[in-house]
Amino acid sequence: MRKFTKSALFRGLVWQLGGWFVGALILTGIRAVMGLPPFGLFFFSEPAWVFGGFIGVLSFIAGSGIANDWFKWAKGEPTPEHHADPPGWEKYFSVSLDHKVIGIQYTVTSLFLLVVGGSFALVFRTELAEPGMQFLSLQWYNTLMSLHGIGMIIGILLGVAGVMNYLVPMLIGAQDMAFPRMNAFSFWIAVPGVVLLLSSLALGGFDTGWTGYPPLSARGPVGTQMFFLGVFTAGWSSILGGLNLIATTLRLRAKGMTAFRMPILVWAAMATSIITLTATQLIGLSFQLVMFQRLLGMGFFDPAKGGNPVLFQHLFWFYSHPAVYVFVLPGLGVISELLPVFVRKPLYGYRWVAMSSIGIALVGFLVWAHHMFASGMNSYLQVPFMYSTLLVAVPTGVKFFSWVATVWKGKIEMPTPMLFVLGGIVVFLLGGLSGPPNATVATDLHLTDTYFIVGHFHDTIFGGYVFPFFAAIYYWFPKATGRRMNERLGKLHFWLMTPSFLILTLTMMRIGLLGMRRRIADYDPALGLSAYHVVMTICGFLIALSVAIFLFNLIRSIRQGERAEGNIWNSRSPEWQVPSPMPVHNFDREFEVVGEPYDYGLKDSQYTRFITEPREGESHQ
Amino acid sequence: MRHFVIVGILIAILTPLIYLGIAANNVMPIQASVQALPVDWMWDMDAAAIAFLFSIIMVPLLYSLVVFRRRKGDTADGEHMEGNTRLEVTWTVLPLLVVTVFAYLGAYTLGETRIQAPDAMQIAVTAQQWDWRFDYPEGFSSNELHLPVNRQVVLRMQSLDVIHSFWVPEFRIKQDVVPGRTTEYRITPIRVGSYKVRCAEMCGTSHSYMERPVVVSSEAEYEAWVREQAAAAAALLAQGGPESGKALVAQNGCLACHSTDGSALTGPTWRGLFGSTVDLADGSRVTADEAYLAESVLDPGAKVVAGFAPGIMPKFSLTDAEVKDIVAYLETIK
Repeated sequence: MRKFTKSALFRGLVWQLGGWFVGALILTGIRAVMGLPPFGLFFFSEPAWVFGGFIGVLSFIAGSGIANDWFKWAKGEPTPEHHADPPGWEKYFSVSLDHKVIGIQYTVTSLFLLVVGGSFALVFRTELAEPGMQFLSLQWYNTLMSLHGIGMIIGILLGVAGVMNYLVPMLIGAQDMAFPRMNAFSFWIAVPGVVLLLSSLALGGFDTGWTGYPPLSARGPVGTQMFFLGVFTAGWSSILGGLNLIATTLRLRAKGMTAFRMPILVWAAMATSIITLTATQLIGLSFQLVMFQRLLGMGFFDPAKGGNPVLFQHLFWFYSHPAVYVFVLPGLGVISELLPVFVRKPLYGYRWVAMSSIGIALVGFLVWAHHMFASGMNSYLQVPFMYSTLLVAVPTGVKFFSWVATVWKGKIEMPTPMLFVLGGIVVFLLGGLSGPPNATVATDLHLTDTYFIVGHFHDTIFGGYVFPFFAAIYYWFPKATGRRMNERLGKLHFWLMTPSFLILTLTMMRIGLLGMRRRIADYDPALGLSAYHVVMTICGFLIALSVAIFLFNLIRSIRQGERAEGNIWNSRSPEWQVPSPMPVHNFDREFEVVGEPYDYGLKDSQYTRFITEPREGESHQ
Repeated sequence: MRHFVIVGILIAILTPLIYLGIAANNVMPIQASVQALPVDWMWDMDAAAIAFLFSIIMVPLLYSLVVFRRRKGDTADGEHMEGNTRLEVTWTVLPLLVVTVFAYLGAYTLGETRIQAPDAMQIAVTAQQWDWRFDYPEGFSSNELHLPVNRQVVLRMQSLDVIHSFWVPEFRIKQDVVPGRTTEYRITPIRVGSYKVRCAEMCGTSHSYMERPVVVSSEAEYEAWVREQAAAAAALLAQGGPESGKALVAQNGCLACHSTDGSALTGPTWRGLFGSTVDLADGSRVTADEAYLAESVLDPGAKVVAGFAPGIMPKFSLTDAEVKDIVAYLETIK
């Protein structure tokens, strides 16, 4: 316990709460002096809560010490090149510069947020099982629904960062990320963001959905501001993380690793990072504008002051559509990375798969207004955006065709990670195929803002992110711990989750077509959809049960899993050529790339070859 | 070669089955408007493409999992196939062509839903949290949308507060109602019946309940309804006093935020309001007399009641006589 109270996490959180209170107090004082009403509905006034929240974030940075090295540099003081991490679990609660520790910190935080967001879904899913309001108020329903959305999204962003942080330096043979301190900062800045986001629960909630469209979001309770500020803060994590990953990939690859000899996941990570580096600003900006509209009366989106509510939607979707590709591209990369290992065949059309990731990322920047076909934007924009949207199908199709050709005539094995890879392909296919009806404008005018869309994007995100994320955890868990997860529990997890999930989302699509609107707390019994809702609720609980089994398996395997220190998957990838877990600076000797990454089935071919002797003092732990 | 033949046959079987499963007649609500026809036709096209694409991915995938799975004791690797440029180009270019065709079909069907009839009749729609109001050219307002069958109508829609969206699932088309501008919704009902307009854009607490009846009837029945409504409205307003005020309150959607039974909604309740002493947000107190109530109807921001947020209630433009009638009605709510 004393170790925990001395950790960066604990100190940061205490400082954040202290800073929040002091900041709010200062602004309340200023308001009192100015003759404005000093207090509001939730004790402090809204500006005091927001200003305090902002000071709280700065306090977190100070209290946790994540920027200390930079302050020292500014003062001209020397810092050690690499801080020694404390032994055992404490390092995960302290500021570590090791990309593997940071990757795990990201992943665990992500799992925490996904469990929180998923639990919110269970609560309101239960409420929806019957028409009428049973145990939630309308405001609570809307708050939980909105927080489910944004909580899952931030959870996924952190999970994506976790996977990329842990794997990319390893896959390219780097000792760490290009900027280890900025890497730590990117992770830690998300923590106060998450705290702000969840604090909206205590401040009246927010009932706007995760999209936060004004004018609705310009008039909700104080919780709406915490949602905006939380996302704004966590966005820094994405931007800086993307910058770091691009620099790492460009500069730190092993000798001989040309662009088309990189593991395919690195291509996907690169495509994702281009988006996070250049688009995240737009959601931060759009939320900031609404914050300022509320705090300072600047009428950016207020028609009474000459503002334009539809402008917000353009700014918002310019990030939030590409964001979907941030979620799925690394997942699709994981699928492409693992398939060859388990079918013992090269990845079919490697260059095309690599280019398709970049293609999806770039086309993804040109499609945002397809979320706004019914919004009242100028109607001559509808057709070009329909065409650009349909174009996404082309690079996505290349991926599917290549996967099928990879599997064709392979020697297919199906341990748990492979099951999740295959599940990901099937679910993502359903997500992808339910896309075109939303692109062809006429059909979208019926489908938009219904459960059809809800089913569609749950399929894309589960297939493109959640399934591959689970596959990645099962697959690389031995790399991180030297033990493997229980195979039987893993298969139970898969076979419980996959059918439940398919039934859930296909039912969503069906009732959406029949008239079930999105984001409603209660529905008209005359629509005759009550039975479907019961089925969906049961499926929701089965998914939760399967995830509980996964978490049990994960925690138990850390200490009790079967030992697995060698190349248990018989992979060609460099990280499996050395024993698990890896030492602090990854490989204890350098390697060079001498062949293609996925030449399974080609006799005597090699991908990497070690060219130096193990370094002194960094032997395997 | 044998593998390709079997897979080809399975695809040929699966595609029509999937298509039948998702074709329009089975899964869409009934078609109650002319505009529903191109939408459903487009859905049909999409369904055919979905069925085919689903089959050409799923069949070879599942076939491989069964036929090419690793046998016990087999430790060899698979065949070394790295790719085939001709094949890759094919499955890039062909989808590109299909996409172009679908973009054309999408634009074409969109155009079909937008065809304007020269004799289209106009109805003004006002959306606000959480109600719809329909103002007819004959000079009356209603909370039910009555439409004649087989005649195009243009709804000219405005919002008093946040973004709403007009959607009747049986009509298919959806259009947001955005504050600060007028959006248009063009529809030609073709089926007599009762439907509901359901708000499809998240608009706050009671979003789920923002529904109102839509009645499509024959031309004659519609005309009769219009005459009846117009006469009743004229009579009520001519009469003046609390009854007239009650009608105005219902027309203007006031009851979405103000209760008459003492419960607090988005705005303060009206029960026992008249003549009481009201605490204002700036700390002062005021007696709820005629002047205060009239001011609060016309300029809600002038005196905000303590505990309620400013800027929520829109300014209403009503005549002095109408405001007087409303105040007279408020006086009756004890």
